[in-house]
Amino acid sequence: MRRMTTLLATSALAVTASATFAQEMADSMTLVSWGGAYQASQRNAYAEPYKEMHPGLEVVWDESSNEAVAKLRAMNEAGNVTWDLVDVVASDAMRLCDEGLAMEYDPDELLAPAPDGTPASEDFGDLIVSDCFIPQIVYSTTFGYRTDMVGDTPPDDICDVFDLEAYPGKRSLEKRPINNMEWALLCSGVAKEDIYDVLETEEGQNQAFAKLDTIKDQVIWWSAGADTPQLLADGEVVMGSTYNGRLFSVIEEQDQPVAMLWDAQVFDLDGWIIPAGLPADRLARVKDFVKFATDTQRLADQAAYISYGPARQSSAPLVGEHAELGIDMAPHMPTDPDNAQNTFLYNYEWWADYRDDLDAKFQAWLAKG
Amino acid sequence: MSDASTSMSDASTAGPMLAADGTPLKRSLRKALRREKMRALMLIAPLLFFILLTFIAPIADMLFRSVENQIVSNTLPRTVIALDDWDGQEEPGEKVYQALYFDLFVAAEAKEHTKLGTRLNYEETGISSLFRTTGRRSDDIGEAYQDVFEDVDPRFKEAGFWYDMMTAGGGEPDTALMSERLGTMNRLIADLASGDIGFAPAAEISALLPKTAEAYTDFAIFTALADGDVVAEEDPWEAVYAALGVDLANAETRDAVQVYEGPGADALRAAAAAADQLPAGGFKSAFLDVDEDWASQGVWETIKTYSASYTPGYFLNSVDLELSADGISPRDEDQQIYILLFKRTIFMSLTIMFSCILLGYPIAWLLANLPVRTSNLLLILVLLPFWTSLLVRTSAWKVLLQQQGVINDILVWSGIVDDANRLVMINNQFGTIVAMTHILLPFMILPLYSVMQTIPPSYLRAAKSLGATNWTAFWRVYFPQSVPGIGAGSILVFILSIGYYITPELVGGTTGTFISNRIAYHISSSLNWGLAAALGSILLAAVLILYWAYDKIVGIDNVKLG
Amino acid sequence: MTNASENGFVVFDRVQKSYDGETLVVKDLNLSVGRGEFLTMLGPSGSGKTTCLMMLAGFETATHGDILLGGKPINNIPPHKRGIGMVFQNYALFPHMTIAENLSFPLEVRKIGKSEREEKVTRALGMVQMETFGGRRPAQLSGGQQQRVALARALVFEPELVLMDEPLGALDKQLREHMQFEITNLAHELGITTVYVTHDQTEALTMSDNVAVFDDGRIQQLAAPDKLYEEPENSFVAQFIGENNTMLGTIQSVENGVAVVQLDSGDLIDTKPINVSKPGERTRVSIRPERVEFNKDRLHADAHTLKAEVVEFIYMGDIFRTKLKVAGLDDFIIKTRNAPDQRRLQPGEMIEIGWMPEDCRALDA
Repeated sequence: MRRMTTLLATSALAVTASATFAQEMADSMTLVSWGGAYQASQRNAYAEPYKEMHPGLEVVWDESSNEAVAKLRAMNEAGNVTWDLVDVVASDAMRLCDEGLAMEYDPDELLAPAPDGTPASEDFGDLIVSDCFIPQIVYSTTFGYRTDMVGDTPPDDICDVFDLEAYPGKRSLEKRPINNMEWALLCSGVAKEDIYDVLETEEGQNQAFAKLDTIKDQVIWWSAGADTPQLLADGEVVMGSTYNGRLFSVIEEQDQPVAMLWDAQVFDLDGWIIPAGLPADRLARVKDFVKFATDTQRLADQAAYISYGPARQSSAPLVGEHAELGIDMAPHMPTDPDNAQNTFLYNYEWWADYRDDLDAKFQAWLAKG
Repeated sequence: MSDASTSMSDASTAGPMLAADGTPLKRSLRKALRREKMRALMLIAPLLFFILLTFIAPIADMLFRSVENQIVSNTLPRTVIALDDWDGQEEPGEKVYQALYFDLFVAAEAKEHTKLGTRLNYEETGISSLFRTTGRRSDDIGEAYQDVFEDVDPRFKEAGFWYDMMTAGGGEPDTALMSERLGTMNRLIADLASGDIGFAPAAEISALLPKTAEAYTDFAIFTALADGDVVAEEDPWEAVYAALGVDLANAETRDAVQVYEGPGADALRAAAAAADQLPAGGFKSAFLDVDEDWASQGVWETIKTYSASYTPGYFLNSVDLELSADGISPRDEDQQIYILLFKRTIFMSLTIMFSCILLGYPIAWLLANLPVRTSNLLLILVLLPFWTSLLVRTSAWKVLLQQQGVINDILVWSGIVDDANRLVMINNQFGTIVAMTHILLPFMILPLYSVMQTIPPSYLRAAKSLGATNWTAFWRVYFPQSVPGIGAGSILVFILSIGYYITPELVGGTTGTFISNRIAYHISSSLNWGLAAALGSILLAAVLILYWAYDKIVGIDNVKLG
Repeated sequence: MTNASENGFVVFDRVQKSYDGETLVVKDLNLSVGRGEFLTMLGPSGSGKTTCLMMLAGFETATHGDILLGGKPINNIPPHKRGIGMVFQNYALFPHMTIAENLSFPLEVRKIGKSEREEKVTRALGMVQMETFGGRRPAQLSGGQQQRVALARALVFEPELVLMDEPLGALDKQLREHMQFEITNLAHELGITTVYVTHDQTEALTMSDNVAVFDDGRIQQLAAPDKLYEEPENSFVAQFIGENNTMLGTIQSVENGVAVVQLDSGDLIDTKPINVSKPGERTRVSIRPERVEFNKDRLHADAHTLKAEVVEFIYMGDIFRTKLKVAGLDDFIIKTRNAPDQRRLQPGEMIEIGWMPEDCRALDA
């Protein structure tokens, strides 16, 4: 019965919609995201307000972002893409674009301008790292440490990660070369601006591995974002890298004796892509939603639920307090000036080329224990 | 009675036995059996279809992917042919770069060039971005030609003018060129629509300006079938201007243009006259301008080495070898990992299998010999892990085994282990073996149990009455009869563990991961499905070989599930 | 009932067995088996006979009492040290070993040298005419052949005592009769003491030197087969062994070894008192069908007779079996030999029947 009414309501909506808009919009939409607190923040900030404006719209969530590239490729080969909008990290967006699996778009046409009229392409600026990538948040991969295990001198330098004498104990690092290689070079004396040039050479790679070798037997390698927070909470590691939002929830929401080490945090981007080849009605719906969900206010709203920085410059001043804890969110943003004293942006182009090669070397280095 | 006996004797003297209706008995028997077989086949048809579709087809697909490499020749067909003549000594000549330009332009329009870049980047680092940047700037190279021609005659800007010129105002069409280009385009773009293109190159013009006709045909096919636009209304690609430039660079063509009478002949004559204004240095220098890596021998060697439609490259990579221009050679030592992982996978799977036998055997024995009520309870305990999520079970082992975990806490509390030297029991091989033995134990216990249930207790009694001690009775009489259960359990556990990747990923650290972790990585992260397929095929072959060896040594009919 | 003699080869001395601590499966068992004797334990299922065998083999322990073998108590000796050969119900031939390996097994565990082993195995197979089957597996043999191998295996290590637990139960009738003959012959030839368990009375009667009839955890009667058949000591044995007509009645008088019994129908009959002594006692009288006479010439003149009506006449080849209605019973059976002068009774015919008083036994009610 309930289903029946929904059905009636949606078809009625479809009729009005087709009368009102030039183009007919699908009445359901499948969004793909990462699950957990992040997906919840998107639901609260984007999807729920949008549904209020469009009653009868059905929004389906799929928590497949971590394997979105493979799944989209498989769907595309099978000729049946069921997703309408996919949340991916920038490097995945680039690969999807390269593979022709994501739709290219024109920022100024698809996205809303800032309230002061600045066009979207300028408001997002160079965060649009790929023709298919619709930026959403800036996050960073950085370190957290146990405040009760570091004595009186808490670490304040990325190179403290490599200092086993001052900070004995295990560390957790991600089980892939990205970020780890950069930090290792940074701490073996390479200047920040030269890192990728050095890493391109055989000697540079060996130098990075040599630095990592110094702590290799004290490292627990993680592959899921939840690992480091858990290891920190259990006291298994003294410090570990993960996404800053995860650390925020360990520190502020779970109240664990953990603190942030913002030094040399690596900025990365997360955003939407629209799968290539959507039927017209679904594409119209998703374009309408994206325009809404990436406007200045919405991006700022998301920051009330999770400590990731909005990708629009115009959203930054609008970031307020946490929706439940009531604490000011700005100091927890990776983009906050205090936190962002020493940062670097992950080089997508470079890693797209070197990822396969370095990953093979990295895994071989790991496996040889 | 007498009738029967006469017909019997008839049959025995006059050859084949006949059925009652006179047909040979053998044939009517075959007919009856065939009908039965057909009916049986119909009954299992849905299952058969299901198995073919979900089991056999993916395996066949995997085997195919592990050698398939058509992407290079489909994306760069002209380049591959041009490279045939390259000796590999120095950087290739202008001809190759010219072929590459026209191939890459079409590929970039179809957004296929980045796929190829990704594919070749597996073999040679840097090709991915080389293709991406070059594709982005492929317009620039043609624009240099376009500007010259448009300066010579503004009609070159008009879509309709081009259309008339290339159809020679409705002259005799060159169907051979059309179907050849259509075939190439279909290979490049997998889901190209079919339908009326609304254009056919004139035979006259394709004889006069072969490159231009080819490029314009590509443009026409793409415009009509991929974009769904009308050819006569769209401005031609920059590549068409470049092609015209290539054609007009030929002195004979310039002479032929002078006597050409078709539409746009005057514009062509003017363009031929301006041939000296066209960009000097050709396509090679244009490519080197875009990225100097185009002069790199490694890039060209990679393209040439992987230009065949089928390649052993993935399989070679799977065993730490690589295919290069000089043939097969070992990979750099710092990239060798797969042989190590294969060995480790086999070794650890065997270890897990043996620990399952060791732990499972007594439990199965208890199950088979306890009173029914008690054994049912025990059976539920054995099955309980089946009803728990794999992740939960694995996480439970984390809680137990980690350094601040339950077991270490107990050991420290009881003074067996010093607080500073807590045992490392997880994120290594030990953790993987413990967690996987636990997870796979039911697969050992159940076949063992069902085999043991069929061994009557009277065998043990008989052995004892014949003078055997408990141990001898067990070892000589009971154990040999339970071997089929051990065989079945071992095959199950071994094959399951060889393909496990979630648990090793979570608790295996760096030394406890399997080859399947790499397969999963290549499937979902690096998207190198060819390599994943090759690794998977090797794993499948390894399992089949071990199965065959088991059959030879123990005998497969010695495997019983109950 | 039995005299537990001290010089028996196998002796059960006041043995009791309980599995659950509440009921006794074997109640106060006393039994003695002489050296070289073939003793059969016969009884319905659940009578305790198999339990006794298992206690003797050592697979069950006696709850109370002693079991002696050659004069020594064996209660605490584990089965494999008792040196008793055993043939199991389903033979229990080891399926993963060949016939020769099966036979060789008890010799191997006794650490007997290879050549001697082979010699003994060949001899044992010869005993059961299975010489050519040494290389086969049990599954390749027929039931009868497996039975012979099981027998050979139980004998190959030359035990002094062999136990057999319904060994012929799975064979068809003809084969069973053949094997009965072979087993008894072999046992007597080799002079082995045999304890044999069966629920088949024919088997028990044809094979044994002595039969112990079990019921309700007790030995009801231990006797030679002929004695058991002709002189059952109680009504259970009388009914269990062979065919019997039984009638309930009350003792009228006991004189000169003849007890006159008044049946519940009022008729009087002559009986031999077995375990009844005084008038007024209730009794169950038992008469074998072949001992009933309906020819008046062959009866004592003063013998009591009963009127009977022929209900059914069954021709069985060697004998005639006639069902009568007598003294309120309608399933009274008489058997007569198929002789040339024998009369064939017709249904509906009224006759008079009687018997020698010593053939009709007055037993407990």
